[in-house]
Amino acid sequence: MVRKIATREGYGNALAEFGGDKRIVVMDSDLSKSTKTDTFKKKYPERFFNMGIAEASMMSVAAGIATCGKVVFASSFAVFASGRAFDQVRNSICYPELNVKIGASHAGITVGEDGGTHQSIEDIAIMRALPNMVVISPADAVEARHAVKAAIEYDGPVYLRLGRLAVPVIFDEDSYSFELGKGITLSEGKDVAIIATGLMVNTALEAKELLEKEGISARIINIHTIKPIDSDIILKAAKETGAIVTAEEHSIIGGLGSAVAEVLGQNFPVPLKMVGVEDRFGKSGKPDKLLEMYGLTASNILSKAKEAIKMKR
Amino acid sequence: MAISKQQSNRLKKYATLIRRHIIDETFHAASGHPGGSLSCSDIMAVLYFNEMRLDPQNPAWEDRDRFVLSKGHCAPALYAALAEKGFFPREDLITFRHIDSYLEGHPNMRTVPGVDMSTGSLGQGISAAVGMAIAGKLDKKDYRVYTLLGDGEIQEGQVWESCMAAAHYKLDNLVAILDYNGLQIDGKITEVLSPEPIEEKFTAFGWKVISINGHDYSQIIDGLAEAKRSKGKPTMIIARTTKGKGVSFMENAAGWHGTAPDREQRDKAMSELDEVLAKLEVE
Ligand SMILES: Cc1ncc(C[n+]2csc(CCOP(=O)(O)OP(=O)(O)O)c2C)c(N)n1
Ligand SMILES: [Mg+2]
Repeated sequence: MVRKIATREGYGNALAEFGGDKRIVVMDSDLSKSTKTDTFKKKYPERFFNMGIAEASMMSVAAGIATCGKVVFASSFAVFASGRAFDQVRNSICYPELNVKIGASHAGITVGEDGGTHQSIEDIAIMRALPNMVVISPADAVEARHAVKAAIEYDGPVYLRLGRLAVPVIFDEDSYSFELGKGITLSEGKDVAIIATGLMVNTALEAKELLEKEGISARIINIHTIKPIDSDIILKAAKETGAIVTAEEHSIIGGLGSAVAEVLGQNFPVPLKMVGVEDRFGKSGKPDKLLEMYGLTASNILSKAKEAIKMKR
Repeated sequence: MAISKQQSNRLKKYATLIRRHIIDETFHAASGHPGGSLSCSDIMAVLYFNEMRLDPQNPAWEDRDRFVLSKGHCAPALYAALAEKGFFPREDLITFRHIDSYLEGHPNMRTVPGVDMSTGSLGQGISAAVGMAIAGKLDKKDYRVYTLLGDGEIQEGQVWESCMAAAHYKLDNLVAILDYNGLQIDGKITEVLSPEPIEEKFTAFGWKVISINGHDYSQIIDGLAEAKRSKGKPTMIIARTTKGKGVSFMENAAGWHGTAPDREQRDKAMSELDEVLAKLEVE
């Protein structure tokens, strides 16, 4: 049986694990049980601040605390952290380059039953457009733990995109290594490269098996840091496979697919197909049913891969 | 408590120098916000030359008092005070808003020595000040945090979010000053969207509220002293001011919010301010 843990769990546990560092301050906006910052709160109550349902103020307060030499984690749902508080993230955090880490949980459609109002499908697009912002989207709880560690070590704004849904743990804690801004080739392949982020990394690995059955050799690349994007690994894949498919639990406008298109278009154009949310809002439902409805599946990656390969000249 | 003539003249001198710089900065930039900068000049003079613990040689000193200009468009007043205090050369002030200058249109903590927080988007500065006050409590430091707000600015919901937080966390190391000049861009605050009754609102939000005349040095000093004595809650000093104060034709005119003086207007303003300085010399 595969072990399943949500990336938000990995986030909360990591905050508690690394929380001995006195510089760390954690803030939440009445969602500490959902974002899992309550794990930190229980261990270090004196360094936990609940700001109430006031995300805008929370982001600027976090910035103010950061000016005093602290590493501040500010948490909410992705839709509010990036949307409600956008101007605060922009002007209070990114513009002055302050050491604030935004722990944005419940990203994507796998929020499930809460529906479209709560499912952030545009946060990567808007966060990655901000100068000075680093955007990380972990694929599993192990990667989330390492992302938290990297965010603490990095001096500057970071947006951590986390999920609500328990997803398969695909990495091995002992052998995993995280380097900010560096993609990871999970398996080699020569006909097409599938570049994925977040929970779609596991889906891409499933797609690889489907492709193999049809005699197609697919390279699988995990992009945990969407900004700065690892252009080298993308261009190498483009040159060696000649066709790319991106896969993300986010709108195909402005997300990983767009980031990859920007790299390819300006350096080494090859056929590119995107698997993601096709410019529409999410809706209520069970997460697995929603993934199917929105085409975030291994079979959709398979057909997109075949289309991309067909487009090769 | 009444202050000595000497002390009041000293502060008046700094306030007038700040006002002169504001006129010159905006004139040379051919843009910027003189109205609200002039209305807070007396408050800035007291903060920077009577109240705050600062070291211009060491702008990042950990134990310094902090100041956040929440109404960031009044950067000309802040830059003028910082230059007079010795954080950077006075001559640089006329490069304000120029492409090769570090004096950005709105306060930039990364480029301007002595600026503790980048501001410009109204409503955010007071939250940042709340953060600094929280950090001060966490680190058991005795520095104080000051922030200056516009009366139009308090229409921002975020101001009230941070007011709730400041009271909840009992931030008695935090003092906010409201530049209550009655005007915003589109006219009178009471006509655009009234934030009245202001005192009662802040009181209801759990703040100690002190009302003063924002051009009277002894009242500003007393207000700040009273804030220091207040324990367990943040203080809001509501300072009644005149927008454009000190330059006759800019006083109480909404039009001077974000308009720079031309050469003639600059000269007229300067001669009025020079007259004030000359009178102080005689006394
Ligand atoms: C969030 C935000 N909205 C709008 C503006 C544009 N703006 C700059 S100054 C101003 C009016 C400010 O009035 P007030 O707070 O009363 O300032 P003062 O009278 O002291 O100049 C506005 C609307 C802004 N800087 N930030
Ligand atoms: Mg005003």
